[in-house]
Amino acid sequence: MRLKKTVILLFFALIFAIGISATNDIQPTEAFSNQVIQQGAVGDDVIELQSRLQYLGFYNGKIDGVFGWGTYWALRNFQYEFGLEIDGLAGTETKQKLVKASEYDKNYVNQQIKKGNEFTHYGGTPKEQQVKQGQKKGQEGTKKQQQGQGEGGKNQQQTKDTPAEPKAVNVPGGFSQNDIRLMANAVHGEARGESYEGKVAVAAVILNRVESPTFPNTVSGVIFEPRAFTAVADGQIWLTPNDSAEEAVLDALNGWDPTGEAIYYFNPNTATSDWIWSRPQIKQIGKHIFCM
Amino acid sequence: MIRWILVAVLAIGITATGLWGYQEHQEKNAILVQAENTYQRSFHDLSYHMDLLHDKIGTTLAMNTKERLSPQLADIWRLTSEAHNDVGQLPLALLPFNKTEEFLSNIGDFSYKTAIRDLEKDPLSDKEVESLQSLYKTSGDIKNELRKVQHLVLENNLRWMDVQLALATEDNQADNTIIDGFKTVEKTVEGYTEGNLGPSMTGTSSEKHEFKFLTGKKLNENQAMERARQLFDLDEQTEITLAKSGDGAEVDMYSASYHKDGRNGYMDFSMKGGHPLSLIINREVKDASKSLNEGMEIAQDYLERLELSNMEPFQSSQYNNVGVINFLYTQDEIRMYPDSVQVKVALDNGDILGFTSRDYFLNHQEREIAEPKMTEEEAKKMVNGNIDIQEARLSVIENDTGEEVLTYEFLGLLENETYRIFINAMTGSEEKVEKLKGTEEKFEQAV
Repeated sequence: MRLKKTVILLFFALIFAIGISATNDIQPTEAFSNQVIQQGAVGDDVIELQSRLQYLGFYNGKIDGVFGWGTYWALRNFQYEFGLEIDGLAGTETKQKLVKASEYDKNYVNQQIKKGNEFTHYGGTPKEQQVKQGQKKGQEGTKKQQQGQGEGGKNQQQTKDTPAEPKAVNVPGGFSQNDIRLMANAVHGEARGESYEGKVAVAAVILNRVESPTFPNTVSGVIFEPRAFTAVADGQIWLTPNDSAEEAVLDALNGWDPTGEAIYYFNPNTATSDWIWSRPQIKQIGKHIFCM
Repeated sequence: MIRWILVAVLAIGITATGLWGYQEHQEKNAILVQAENTYQRSFHDLSYHMDLLHDKIGTTLAMNTKERLSPQLADIWRLTSEAHNDVGQLPLALLPFNKTEEFLSNIGDFSYKTAIRDLEKDPLSDKEVESLQSLYKTSGDIKNELRKVQHLVLENNLRWMDVQLALATEDNQADNTIIDGFKTVEKTVEGYTEGNLGPSMTGTSSEKHEFKFLTGKKLNENQAMERARQLFDLDEQTEITLAKSGDGAEVDMYSASYHKDGRNGYMDFSMKGGHPLSLIINREVKDASKSLNEGMEIAQDYLERLELSNMEPFQSSQYNNVGVINFLYTQDEIRMYPDSVQVKVALDNGDILGFTSRDYFLNHQEREIAEPKMTEEEAKKMVNGNIDIQEARLSVIENDTGEEVLTYEFLGLLENETYRIFINAMTGSEEKVEKLKGTEEKFEQAV
């Protein structure tokens, strides 16, 4: 425990030190990493891409760090206007043109993202007019700012150096993060001790049931169907799921199904109903037998 | 003596009461959990239905042909009634939630009236389209608020039983997250005035058929072992567990698995021909050092090695440090939506972490594709005039009845939302309209 604390302290001290040394430099001018940015990507490069496209007026959506459809069309329009090959990919040539044509205020964008403010990055408009403080976090944000100034800008330096996290995530077709979380809860409750594929398998069964005409048509309907899952009946579903449960759910939503379209599964050691043994079995993964 | 008997009787009595009490307690808890589950189900169903409702109204706005519009409106009507039903199951009796319910029944009325009308003779008026637009906006707001409440509920393990208690005893009302959330939802709807009123994957249907296009010879167990080693790319030393599928499987297959250096591999491949159907490799993935674009190239090479050629990437997404890329088979530049393959790539070092090709091997064959009877320009005219078409191409999809049809595929924009529209290349009918999403705001920052 103590070791951890020391490490954390050291870490902060380091960041602080870097922060001080960085203040002497003028705003960094280097732009984009070497990657070709394509639809579906997330991260710093995408934030920069969106900011630059917005600076030129091509992108009107939120700068959230996820390359979605809005960014795709904006990029294509940019490529069209600047006489580049219209492929919706930000490759070397496109990035060069973009860097030449636009400005990117990295500190400004990163800070706004971290504070959770609603903001834009249009060229030719003063920055102050482009920030709308987040409704709930607004007060907190200003307080932090004041504090930061009071302490000689210590906080601000820290925020400058760590890159901002994207504000959005990719979600597989039509499913919300909440649906994913609910499924992860169910998978964790049902298959905590199973291997990874065993978890994907349980998630796949839930989805196969949603598709099946004999079961409810929603994820929540399937999960909360009375007597369908033991973890739901005994409340184990409310344990906090681990990352591997969530990853397994994402795999299942993206089309993985190690069960071969099963809609039932049971643990042969604890199964109490004879009926379940009469179902045509597909395979066994870990402790669970999967069947039609 | 009597004293001892008395003590014994009392002791038995106390133990019995204790046991009885414990049992009652257990039963009470079981019933509480069950009641809680019913509430949770209605609540999560409600958020999902509102989400779906919002999308459906969106697609309705993007549609053109009357034959598709009526069923769509009927679907909206059904969804409103489901959502209404969900609200009715929640213990909100003491909470003012009537505006939201009113909103739901307004959409219901509107969609019912328009769905049963002969839209051929009496199409939607401009005013009706306008009110549909405002319904779309309001339903979007409600959806967002509900999703936020849902996030809080899941994140903090909130119980509906507590809401019930809080509502019954007025004084704690102020600090109950769920109640607050629902009040915000209600406020959102207040902004909407009455004066305004006047899943499955892309291209595949849920219809199932057999694997009839698998080629190759049946593998015996030794050959299967060899094939597994080759597909996993493992040396002779690593132990592989092999199992045959049971009677319930749609296609006879082998399942192979291994465990080595913190990596778990699991794979299904068909007995006939040894075609890999699904592969999952699990290991810890470190910070991404490769881009999604590089990941896509790695995935493409991998498909080449599996002798799946003419695969074109059509969708890619990065989740944390892994990339998932969706490929479609193309024949003469025509996309075959039923023949899809997904590949998962670790973006830390470019390992293949997963592969699934059930759909591909279920549907794939060399097809005879007839010449389209319509030109692209003619097909374009069948698309709703409000949609700004950006891309067009030919593709084969499975329609609602599970038949493969040749279509013109259009990607278009309507008010910042992207839609994919499929127009039958023979008859010109609108086969499918989809609203494309794929990203969602993170709730941690939104709330």
